[in-house]
Amino acid sequence: MHTSSFTANRVSAKRYVTTGIVPRVILVLMCTLFALPFYWMIVTSLKGSTELTVFPPTLWPRDPVWRNYRDAVLFIPFLRFFMNSVILAAGATIGAVLSNSVIAYGFSRIPWKGRDILFYIAIATVFIPFPITLVALFDIFARLGWINTYLPLIVPAFFGNAFHMFLIRQFLMGISHDLSDAARIDGAGELMIFSRIILPLMKPALAVVAIFAAVNAWNDFLSPLIYLQTQELYPLSIGLQFFRAEHNIAFSLLMAASTLVVIPIIVLFIFFQRYFVEGITIGAIKG
Amino acid sequence: MGIIRGRNLRNGLLFVSPWIFGFIAFQVYPIFYSLRLSFTRYSGFGPPTPIGLDNFRRLFSDPLLWKAAYNTLYYTALAVPIGVVVAIVLALAMNQKVREVAVYRALLYVPSILPIFALSFVWVVFSNPRYGLLNHLSRLVGLPVIDWIGDPRWSKLSLVLLAQLGAGGPALIFLAGLRAIPTELFESAEIDGAGPIRRFFRITLPLITPVILYDIILGLSLGLQVFTQAYVIASTGPNTMVGPDNSLMFYVLYVYRNAFQFSQMGYASALVWVLFMVSLALALIVFRWAKSWVHYEIE
Repeated sequence: MHTSSFTANRVSAKRYVTTGIVPRVILVLMCTLFALPFYWMIVTSLKGSTELTVFPPTLWPRDPVWRNYRDAVLFIPFLRFFMNSVILAAGATIGAVLSNSVIAYGFSRIPWKGRDILFYIAIATVFIPFPITLVALFDIFARLGWINTYLPLIVPAFFGNAFHMFLIRQFLMGISHDLSDAARIDGAGELMIFSRIILPLMKPALAVVAIFAAVNAWNDFLSPLIYLQTQELYPLSIGLQFFRAEHNIAFSLLMAASTLVVIPIIVLFIFFQRYFVEGITIGAIKG
Repeated sequence: MGIIRGRNLRNGLLFVSPWIFGFIAFQVYPIFYSLRLSFTRYSGFGPPTPIGLDNFRRLFSDPLLWKAAYNTLYYTALAVPIGVVVAIVLALAMNQKVREVAVYRALLYVPSILPIFALSFVWVVFSNPRYGLLNHLSRLVGLPVIDWIGDPRWSKLSLVLLAQLGAGGPALIFLAGLRAIPTELFESAEIDGAGPIRRFFRITLPLITPVILYDIILGLSLGLQVFTQAYVIASTGPNTMVGPDNSLMFYVLYVYRNAFQFSQMGYASALVWVLFMVSLALALIVFRWAKSWVHYEIE
């Protein structure tokens, strides 16, 4: 794979420029473009109050003010919001893993009449704009007395999600039926086959679902905005709005807080990179 | 055989029953429930008062609603095509055969999983006409300085640009589509003397049309429900303008205000139903139109 001999030959040298250098230059430029807003986020988060108002803006903080991070965390009950976000993400993740594993099994490993039609209906719901149910769901949850609790944010996760179901089903379709057929001949029931044979095999797909569910819950804005009314319950998405309400808030604190919100997702990505890519790629609906 | 079939049906339904319940309770029922509410005046407390078609009549004489509908369609009409092109360009870049391509892929993908409520704050600071990097760079290369959020002519395009930070997600789907194209097709085209641009338009583009259709439909749904960016960036109070000249007043934001800030749940339900119908109609039009350009024959 190594191109150590390219200098010996002009043709391959030219080829190296077109296949090795040009794509790299383009890719680096693209990555730079995508990284610029985040570069600015970090740079701004480290500027002192006088440097913030310097014009033209400085491209690198002259004297990084790390205190901004402490101030940002103290400006709002950051830790509380952070923990609330973690609780919501954990609840949604548990719900997603439990429900979608069972549902996807029913949609892929048992042959029954109407299964595929029902599954296509489930997939079609992905394209329905979610806000359509917004008003009515709020009223339903209000009647249940669930407003200002985490129930409207977590309970629905226990009833499956079309995208997650789809991911696990795609995965299960690729697993041979030999083992489950043998177990069936030995008299094992469907629940037994599910829990003893298929569930352990499902782990990679479940990891993908868990990660997507956690990220989605962490990033969710509209639902917590509607359902939560007291500050003690706010996740970071809503808690961060306190910075907005304050008109004179320094950009530096806002950016410090944004950095702190973004970091957990990046850490998650670094640890579970493989699963993110797999999830998206399976998620590409075939033809 | 009949016994097995019956048992499979029972087991199958049992396994998918959580989804069936959730589908009915959280999707089907609310959609019909809001249809019922749309014919009533309802503050969220006490019983809804039936008022016939009043809410729907009111739609026609509500200038702010038309503004919101116009803004939303304007945003979607920009965001969908730009989103598709950016995602394809990213996918082509991600498909280059350089050794460290995984690093580039990761860097281009990561912004798409970051929370939009935080990205919106970043965008405010990044695009600030005086202290933002974007306009600083514009000044350096001699481009005009634009007040991306404060100028109603640019504010919607500005949110479309912000949305492109999320293009890495769809790009990975396009990438999967690109890698599914058999290499022999390119090789024989190259032998026939087709250059890279010709190869892209003759081979690559037709073969990824199913993914393009998927991305358009998804983008349409996401565009019509744009909310968080506008709320975080521009909605400062229940009665204030959203963005300069209400240029960022989007449909769902208007629904939100009516339902949860003005306690007009009946009117909001009517609004939501109109959105539902428009979304369905647009999706059907796209599917119809797609028949003339989506290629399905090669597996």
